[in-house]
Parts: sequence; structure tokens; C-alpha cells
Amino acid sequence: MNMSTTNNIAQARKLVEQLRIEAGIERIKVIILVIYFVSKAAADLMSYCEQHARSDPLLVGVPTSENPFKDKKPCIIL
Amino acid sequence: VQVNPVKSQPTTSPLIPEMATQEVQLNETLAHLKTESETLKTKLEEERAKLHDVELHQVAEKVEALGQFVMKTRRTLKGHGNKVLCMDWCKDKRRIVSSSQDGKVIVWDAFTTNKEHAVTMPCTWVMACAYAPSGCAVACGGLDNKCSVYPLSLDKNENLAAKKKSVAMHTNYLSACSFTNSDMQILTSSGDGTCALWDVESGQLLQSFHGHAADVLCLDLAPSETGNTFVSGGCDKKANVWDMRSGQCIQSFETHESDINSVRYYPSGDAFASGSDDATCRLYDLRADREVAIYSKESIIFGVSSVDFSLSGRLLFGGYNDYTINVWDVLKGTRVSILFGHENRVSTLRVSPDGTAFCTGSWDHTLRIWA
Repeated sequence: MNMSTTNNIAQARKLVEQLRIEAGIERIKVIILVIYFVSKAAADLMSYCEQHARSDPLLVGVPTSENPFKDKKPCIIL
Repeated sequence: VQVNPVKSQPTTSPLIPEMATQEVQLNETLAHLKTESETLKTKLEEERAKLHDVELHQVAEKVEALGQFVMKTRRTLKGHGNKVLCMDWCKDKRRIVSSSQDGKVIVWDAFTTNKEHAVTMPCTWVMACAYAPSGCAVACGGLDNKCSVYPLSLDKNENLAAKKKSVAMHTNYLSACSFTNSDMQILTSSGDGTCALWDVESGQLLQSFHGHAADVLCLDLAPSETGNTFVSGGCDKKANVWDMRSGQCIQSFETHESDINSVRYYPSGDAFASGSDDATCRLYDLRADREVAIYSKESIIFGVSSVDFSLSGRLLFGGYNDYTINVWDVLKGTRVSILFGHENRVSTLRVSPDGTAFCTGSWDHTLRIWA
């Protein structure tokens, strides 16, 4: 075998090895990024729920006197 | 680079056939290596897609669980002669507009259950209706392929049909309509696969939205604070997010396994929920750009027709084709309540503007207010 042929194959093998390592690193990076974004996004959704929970009538329930629909008598518009 | 010493070859037979073989082998090796590097790149993409292990309910594990919910029918609105297909709340939190297969559009006072206005459309199957932000008009349409606006008169005897204004024209049925921030513009979706933005006064088409591969069944506008976008869902199983000014589809989600019948933004505008014929509701986060929750149970096998959030976004209400309403804990992904009452499919569901109640419309010809 001539030298350039051997070198070409060796270099190509090195490239693939490099790519395998990079793919491994990339995979970890992507996993970390996705976990970060989803966690952050999820945390934001949770935070919004928490901030507004107290003013959500269907969530916390309001007394009959305060919910016009819970009052069976027709409402009088003042 | 290590250099392998070349073994000296005895020069006997010609080297050409050997070199030709080696040439072929080299090319094959290079080809294999190239294929492998391509495969690795593809695998990377697949890994990204496969990450189902990070979901909202895991992050929300530390959140307190919800207690028992008592929600009942507080009002029943009777008057339609056939299936109720759509309804919308007025901003005054007490009036409701509903439309039906019987061709009628009715405006109700939900507190008293009185009918305030009634319009007979020239077509049956009025699949879409919407209240104008001012409370002074309603829009509706369906099999007529149009969306028409009716100004509401204070004079109960006045024939509303006389003042009707045809605004939108599609080439197939109108599936949904919504006023934007004012009475001046209407957004529509259609069985013709497009959505469109119209000027109410002139009837002019302002922008059209192409991208769905089949009927578009639903749409919802982003809460005004978050800008000019809206989301649509279709028979192509896709939920698309659109920029209203450019007409571009800026995000697309395809995880449902069947038609998407309903889409609704989360109150903060950072996410939206969808309901589908595949019997699931799903939550998509716009910044994470992926589905973050799925609301389903093995025992639920009928399609979801309509979804809406409670005011804080903690609860998701779904109207189902098995006549029930399922109430989901958005963060934990669990069902917190199941409500019975309707005697046929629930076809439409909306929470009132101040969150004190929600209204459902059904194929059993009635609407119910729940609180």
C-alpha cells in the first residue's frame, strides 16, 4: 500500500472518531439545553399559576354571595 | 501522524491490479466513514426528539396537590332547536352568544337565562360565533363559507338580519372566528385549510395564513400583552403559531394523533393547550418549543371538542364527545374532577372573562353554566 492511501484512511478514521466524540458531547449539550429550557419554561408556568391562584374563582372557590351564578335568585342590577 | 514504513515489494508481477484493488478498498472505506458520520448527525437529531423524560409534571412534583372540586350546573339555557355548536362570552361577564345547527344565533343573559336577541342565518350548521369586544355586535358563520357581523340593537323588535354585514369569504365552511382587540378586525379559520384576517368595515382581506395541509378547525388569539400572534389547529394534526403581520407560521407542533378540535392560550401567553379526536389534551410551551404535558387516561377514549383554562392557568377544562367535562390539574397532569350533566356531546366550552364560571354547549341543544 502506498503512503498516501494509508494516510487517507488513517485520517478518515480519525475524523470519524472525532465525530463520535463530538456527537457524544453534542448529545450531552442538547440534553442539558433541553432540560434547562423545559425546566425554566415549566418553572415559569408554575410561577404564573402560583401568583394568580388566589384570584382564580374556579380554583379557590368563592362564597355563594360573591358568585352571581351561584345565587339561584335572579340578580338585581344595582 | 505515524508513518508506517513501506515494505519493499519484490517487483515481480505488475502492481496495477493490486493498486486498483487498494484504490477500491480505499474508496469503500472512505464511503463507509462518510456514511457513519452522516448517521451520527441524524442520531443527534433523533436524540433531541426522543427526550420525553423532561416534562412539566416532574418539575411540578413539589407543587401542592389540589383538593376536591365541587362544580355544578348553575344555569341551563334552553331555546335552540338543534345541536349547539359554538358559544362565546361577552366582556361584561354575563352575556353569551351561541350558534346552532338549527341556523339560529342567540344572545343570552346568563344570569337570568333570558334570550335577548335571536338571528336566523340563511344556512344551517352555524359552526362559529363570537362576541365583539365592545359587546355591540356578534359575528357568526358556518356552511355558508362566510363570516357575517350583526350589530346588536337595543330595540328588541328590530330585525337584526337587516343590518347584517358580510365580512369574510372562504371557499369552504367557516370553522372558527374571533374579533381581535377591537370591533374592527376579525380572524377566521376555514375548512379550506386557511386562516384569514379581515377588516370588518370594508370586508377587505388583510392577511391570509397558509400552511395547514387540511381543514383548520380552531384558532385562538394570544393575550394582548404578548403581541400579534395566534395559534390554529387542524385536521392535519398540527398546531401552528402565526405572526399576524407577516402571515408567517413561526412555530409548528405535530404530536397529536388525530384532528385538533380546539386550541387555547395559557393566560400568560407562553403556552397553549389543545384538544383532539385522539382523546388527549396537550400543553405546548412556546419558549421550550415542545409539548410539555399530555392530559389523558386509558378510560378516556372519546375525542375532546373544546378546551379552556381557569384564570390562573392551573385548571384545564375539556369538553368531550362522551358527554362529560374533565377537569385537569395543568401542572401535575392529573384529572381533578369529572362533570356530568349534558345528554349528548359537549361541543363548545369557554370560561367567563372574570373566571367565575364556565359555559358549555352541547349536541343536546342546551348550554350549561358551571361554577
